[in-house]
Amino acid sequence: MEHSSLAGRIFRGVALTLILIFFMFPIVWIFLMSFQTNEQILRIPPRILFEPTLANYTALISGQLHTAAGNLEISFMRNLFNSVVLSSAAVMLALVLGVPAAYAFARFKFRLGETIAFTLLSFRFAPPLLVLLPLSLYYQELGLNDTYFGIVWVYQLIALPLILWIVRGYFEDISPDIEHAYRLAGHSWREAFTRIAVPLAGPGIAAAGLLSFIFCWNNFVFALILASADKQPVTVGALAFVTASGIQYGQIAAAIVLSVTPTLLLALYAQRYLVEGLSLGAVKG
Amino acid sequence: MARLDINSVSKSFGAARPADALSLTVEPGEIVAVFGPSGSGKTVLLRMIAGMFEPDDGDIQVGGRSIVGAAPERRGIGMAFQNFALFPHMSARDNIASGLRAKAAGDVATRVAAISKLLKIEHVLGHTPRELSNGQKQRTALARALIGNPEVLLLDDPLRNVDAKLRYEMRLELPSLLRRGTAAVLYVTQDYREAMAIADRIAVLIGGRLVQVATPDEIYAQPASVAVARLFGDPTINLAEVVPFAEHGALCARVSGAMVGLGSADVDALERECWLGVRPEDLVVSSSPGEGAIPAKILAITPMHEKAVLLLRLADGTEWLAALPPEAPRGAADDAVFIGFAADAAMLFDRATGQKIGLSHRRQAA
Repeated sequence: MEHSSLAGRIFRGVALTLILIFFMFPIVWIFLMSFQTNEQILRIPPRILFEPTLANYTALISGQLHTAAGNLEISFMRNLFNSVVLSSAAVMLALVLGVPAAYAFARFKFRLGETIAFTLLSFRFAPPLLVLLPLSLYYQELGLNDTYFGIVWVYQLIALPLILWIVRGYFEDISPDIEHAYRLAGHSWREAFTRIAVPLAGPGIAAAGLLSFIFCWNNFVFALILASADKQPVTVGALAFVTASGIQYGQIAAAIVLSVTPTLLLALYAQRYLVEGLSLGAVKG
Repeated sequence: MARLDINSVSKSFGAARPADALSLTVEPGEIVAVFGPSGSGKTVLLRMIAGMFEPDDGDIQVGGRSIVGAAPERRGIGMAFQNFALFPHMSARDNIASGLRAKAAGDVATRVAAISKLLKIEHVLGHTPRELSNGQKQRTALARALIGNPEVLLLDDPLRNVDAKLRYEMRLELPSLLRRGTAAVLYVTQDYREAMAIADRIAVLIGGRLVQVATPDEIYAQPASVAVARLFGDPTINLAEVVPFAEHGALCARVSGAMVGLGSADVDALERECWLGVRPEDLVVSSSPGEGAIPAKILAITPMHEKAVLLLRLADGTEWLAALPPEAPRGAADDAVFIGFAADAAMLFDRATGQKIGLSHRRQAA
């Protein structure tokens, strides 16, 4: 690296800057927009310098949206709360179900094992709209429409395959000898699972959990169809900003900033696990 | 005090049959080495005893009680793995203690201290496996296997992954260490020297079959088959195709045109297509012809400190090796020499089956 020429270093710097601008610009722009009024945003040409306002945030937090056509009740904070509840519950359920299942798929060969694992994965490549129509009929029949439980359940289509397949790989990386050694030392298979396999696959489980949390958080279409206003997450709730009097860009930007914050914080917190989890060949030797 | 009994245990994986009617008994306090080339089924045998998989057939008993089908944690077995299999997220101390905590044994700390002192790893108890050298990992794994005083101790090639010097030291230390308790010890190795250094008896496993179970001396001096003879000894045994015949009441054979005596006539060997086996260290090399001497030419000499190894070509093109004491006159490359051996150093094996042909006068090992 030290031997690269000056031209090479300059080229690398320019390339990195371009890439950074390309990816960071929308985020920065949204962040700036969240402190502007609709009029400031729609001004042509747009300006970088403006008088910041917290109106968008106060509107979101107080739940009162003032538009040209009058006041509008929005339940953004409720949506945010729903997102947190739905995504965390879905990931927790998927961990409880998926980690033992991943272990089973990693350690034991059983009839139709690969078929079952693949079927679970295939939920990931089916477009959600494909299952939504029959699902909404079932849900009406079962009374699961517009319930937290119903949405958490349908989120398993997103979270479970992800956790199953990622964590399975981590379990496969753990030498079975390590677990055998623990069992020969006088522990049951259950203890070998909880005290050896799960801690060693910990980084992988954290990574899979975080990833599926983000996917659940970002989901739009399931909750749009299967839940009504008071159970909907932010992704669906954002529709409320498309009002009769126009699109409330300022509030949308503020809503995006608020709704990205929890996942961002979570990702920052879990980053070390993620890096460890994704780079570590787990437990060789 | 429990005996390990393996009764005609078999196991197949598809077409492979790594265990074919294996029977072996290990007495309490005895060390039996399971020795064989790689892929001969040594590890499979250990894993069946440890309960990682069950035999298709046959029975395994510890102290007269069958352990087939029992959960691994209930078998009373300690095991050290070739790849150490330490718990990477625990300190060496917790690794060693893991065997004790489960049984709620008395003073964990004292016993960990005692065993780690014995294995000279007291100073690294606080380290994680990642921070240990291979030798320390090995000792930690051994301590973990030994601390619970298991009735049966399985060691799966424990010195495979440690360096040569340490391997030598451990070879000297292990027998007394393993004999401290009354465990029946099965010691898997691919190194015949290790097997001979450590074991009371050696079980030679080839292709999933036990071909010979005997003391190290017995196996070296009287290998049951040509395959066993080849596995023991460095340099390996010299072989020549012979058809022994009787001459003046003595058994003789022609090796590279020269007639050599094999001792008193043995009816079994007469007129049979045989392999004649002579260990390199039993060969005598001299510059003058004598009775029963085979003419040969020295191709190369490898001087080593404890012995000199000569590569010889016999008149018929066969290449033999001779291992001579360092002080013995050995000539130089390209010298024409004559080689001979005592009649009782000769081994005969059937050429079709590879089985040893009994020579009644075979010397007993010292």
